[in-house]
Amino acid sequence: MVLTVRDLAVTRGGLAILEGVSFELNAGEALVLRGPNGVGKTTLLRSIAGLQPPEIGTVTGAEDQIAYAAHSDGLKAMLSVTENLTFWASVFGLSDIEHAIEAFDLADLRNRMAGTLSAGQKRRLGLARLMVTGRPIWVLDEPTVSLDVASVALFADAVRGHLHNGGSALMATHIDLGLAEARVLDLTPFKAAPRTRQMDEAFL
Amino acid sequence: MRALLARDLMLAIRAGGGFGLGLAFFLIVTVLVPFGVGPQTDLLSRIAPGILWIGALLACLLSLDRILALDWEDGSLDLLATAPLPMEGIVSVKALAHWITTGLPLVLAAPVLGVLLSLPLPAYQWVVISLAVGTPALSVIGTFGAALTVGIKRGGLLMSLLVLPLYVPTLIFGAEVARRGAEGLTVQAPLLLLAGISFGVIALLPFASAAVLRINLR
Repeated sequence: MVLTVRDLAVTRGGLAILEGVSFELNAGEALVLRGPNGVGKTTLLRSIAGLQPPEIGTVTGAEDQIAYAAHSDGLKAMLSVTENLTFWASVFGLSDIEHAIEAFDLADLRNRMAGTLSAGQKRRLGLARLMVTGRPIWVLDEPTVSLDVASVALFADAVRGHLHNGGSALMATHIDLGLAEARVLDLTPFKAAPRTRQMDEAFL
Repeated sequence: MRALLARDLMLAIRAGGGFGLGLAFFLIVTVLVPFGVGPQTDLLSRIAPGILWIGALLACLLSLDRILALDWEDGSLDLLATAPLPMEGIVSVKALAHWITTGLPLVLAAPVLGVLLSLPLPAYQWVVISLAVGTPALSVIGTFGAALTVGIKRGGLLMSLLVLPLYVPTLIFGAEVARRGAEGLTVQAPLLLLAGISFGVIALLPFASAAVLRINLR
């Protein structure tokens, strides 16, 4: 298995929101996280991506394996589509961006500044970034926001291709991507019991 | 890391990148000071090294909040943090990009603008040398301040308050090198101390900046 999450507890703003989350993710597998707003999907994904340390529990197999995509796409408005993708590819030590441009139908937008793209086009560019990282585990937070039906289909194809090549995907989403093989994990049962935490951590 | 540096430099010179911001501010200060002081050439030439240093320092300060705040807003910082670059490397590259776009132009502009302040002839080389040695420290300390305040909306005021005291030693020794140079005295001691500050902060502060950035990204 590629990614193992054991008994994970995460906090947001000092409040425990999820506890006892455990799952495994294998190569070629997709896992969809569900749950109402505020249940802690984003926080859980940030913990797995290594952006915040988990309160308790362990995440194994995540180190240098994850391509993370959050609500904001990390695009520079004054760089063109090609420049944005080339930058991220070279940060991850790669150079080929053509397959990503093709997969997300960005060929016509290639030389446009990212700042002049529509919200959906930006999102497509942000998701195309995942393909140029060459990382095996995609951790996606609401990847389909502002995408139309056709783009969602493009995205589902990209995920399917990624899984087919032995990658895996972990995503928080509310809509049905048409990925029949994806497992679904509902986070509602893992909601932490309300309690306050010692707040001295910030001062250490 | 080279890609990050190239991207930051490219962004700086594109429209809205703020490349000329510090330089324009420096120009304004040095053009206005002679009007404020009045037609007293000897007074002006006595305070010129200090004015050039203060102008350079404030010009640096002006552009600090762009170092990390823009990347924070569009989410690039989160993505860079998950990229295979070490955080220490990211903040060092950011500081270097800031120095190239702000500090270096100030160093190059200082002798030209020194004419406006009737800078004494022997002082030119020492102003340039002291700025060349001192401005890297300003960029690195500024990156630390930017990392401290990165998540805060309009944290510019807080950052200025945090960074200004840290700038004081660099200013004292930098201006001292320029003043002693202008008076033809030996500059060795303040120049060595200035270089010591620069090398010290370049060696140590990236670790502190990376640590506070990791905490701020949580």
